[in-house]
Amino acid sequence: MSLRLENVTFNVDGEPQIYQTDLTLESASMNVLLGATRSGKTTLMRLMAGLDRPSTGRIFWNGEDVTGLRVQDRDIAMVYQQFINYPSLSVYENIASPLRILKKKKNEIDEAVRQTAKMMKLSDFLDKKPLDLSGGQQQRCALARALVKGAKLVLLDEPLANLDYKLREEMREEIPKIFSASGAIFVYATTEPEEALLLGGNTAILHEGRITQFDKTPTVYHHPNNIITARTFSDPPMNFLRLQKQGNKITFGDGTVISGQGPLSSLENGTYTAGFRPNHLELNPQNKSGIKFSAKLNITEITGSETFLHMEHDGEPWVGLIHGVHDLPLDQPISVYLDPTHIYTFGQDGNLVLAAHYTEGRE
Amino acid sequence: MKINKSALVMSLYILFLMLPIYWLINMSLKTNQEILSTFSLWPNDLTFDNYLVIFTDASWYGGYLNSITYVVMNTIISVTVALPAAYAFSRYRFMGDKHLFFWLLTNRMAPPAVFALPFFQLYSSVGLFDTHIAVALAHTLFNVPLAVWILEGFMRGVPKEIDETAYIDGYGFFTFFRKIFMPLIASGIGVAAFFCFMFSWVELLLSRTLTSVDAKSIAATMTRTVSASGLDWGVLAAAGVLTIIPGALVIYFVRNHIAKGFALGRV
Repeated sequence: MSLRLENVTFNVDGEPQIYQTDLTLESASMNVLLGATRSGKTTLMRLMAGLDRPSTGRIFWNGEDVTGLRVQDRDIAMVYQQFINYPSLSVYENIASPLRILKKKKNEIDEAVRQTAKMMKLSDFLDKKPLDLSGGQQQRCALARALVKGAKLVLLDEPLANLDYKLREEMREEIPKIFSASGAIFVYATTEPEEALLLGGNTAILHEGRITQFDKTPTVYHHPNNIITARTFSDPPMNFLRLQKQGNKITFGDGTVISGQGPLSSLENGTYTAGFRPNHLELNPQNKSGIKFSAKLNITEITGSETFLHMEHDGEPWVGLIHGVHDLPLDQPISVYLDPTHIYTFGQDGNLVLAAHYTEGRE
Repeated sequence: MKINKSALVMSLYILFLMLPIYWLINMSLKTNQEILSTFSLWPNDLTFDNYLVIFTDASWYGGYLNSITYVVMNTIISVTVALPAAYAFSRYRFMGDKHLFFWLLTNRMAPPAVFALPFFQLYSSVGLFDTHIAVALAHTLFNVPLAVWILEGFMRGVPKEIDETAYIDGYGFFTFFRKIFMPLIASGIGVAAFFCFMFSWVELLLSRTLTSVDAKSIAATMTRTVSASGLDWGVLAAAGVLTIIPGALVIYFVRNHIAKGFALGRV
């Protein structure tokens, strides 16, 4: 079982929505499409589902060309960001509907519906109409309907985006379980890097209609192949600053100079963009190698156990994510520390030159 | 004593609103002699003879049957034709869709009288004159555009994702339309049917022009009732009362959806 997109493009009114894309999803794999809104996640999914026909290119299912095949004739299921159910049917009938179309036997349908409902914790609501349920229950109903027929390709388009925080946490734990039980190809679109990391599997980073990188999720996270991927796969986004290497001397944008040691010493002489994740900034240096940067603190946001520092460094907006609650004076220069092993170095074309070399700590 | 002003205004409003209807009912329960001779706020000599005339005389009750026949035919045809058209307008983009959609309504900009002559000539020459279907078809000219507009508004309120989910579930188009989609726009269909019904029920000119005996409508019957002894006031009033009833019944059944219907489903 595999889904293969070959040279697929998609245009609307001559405007390219998806640029030439090649992608192969292997059987029983969890695949996350990660990208900002309007990056083409939904469009790509609709192409996979067959709801839209690619402008050029072909789509293969198990090696068989399915480009242009009717949606009804494909073995797929899809869940939208909005809670889409059939409002006029009860929850039971909603879940049963794909099976009724397949003309399954009555007792088979009943068994499958009750089992799926139990898994989705909907057993108590089978007689209700979807619109009488809470948002989370409505979305679980949609998920149940998608899963009940055991489709081999399950497309989830930001299924948790409209749920509240608590429910989202719950469902995030459920989905990998459901996935491993189904043996299907899952495609999961999200805007949140955190979700991609939680779900594991493979991640494709989408940016303005292009897949910038597709690989195992940890690989993409640790070795983003360019600035765009690195920025997308970091929440809050990665911080950047200019880096100049000359001999044994490394000069940062604001004039901070360190002697090139450790991994950074392997760089060729030249100008680069350095990037690092917000959670690697520290208020107190952990070890001697920490580079000290000064920045102007604009806003602090305290979210319980963590503090976000919104700063400005050499004209670049920086975000720091610090453990604990910190009450710091605003509009004042502060010193922050960064371990140079956490620095990603990108060439002037935006491609990764040197990945960060960290092994410990939060990633 | 303190006077509740809003209650007073309301009472006056209802009084003025109900006055003509009350007077119609009042008249229908009087004899012709009482109507013409005295001024009475309620029937002195209560009689149901006027209603008896209508229910026994075939030329009277036949008018009702004819009207209801072509009104129901028209409503069914209009809604049946408008459903797929409205679906296409709400779901697909095609060349000139927006223009076509707007210009549909221009059919309603001309008064029915404009079409009386061409319809009369056309139906006479194809042998449809004085049939129920003739009136029903003539009224679809006005009702189909309106029904399309109303239904399109309701259909637009149904997310396209529901259609797609149904296709993904394996529904064919027609099963989906019947089992999933129609129940979702049921109130829209009701409102569209109501507007078709009301237009067709109150329209006088075309129905009178296109019928003579076999399919003569109640509105036409009422305007032609002059006997040797002059106008039969009581019977006419009774016919008027009976003509209001079907409309009132239909309004009662769709009352909860009517506001949305007037906004063509766009609220």
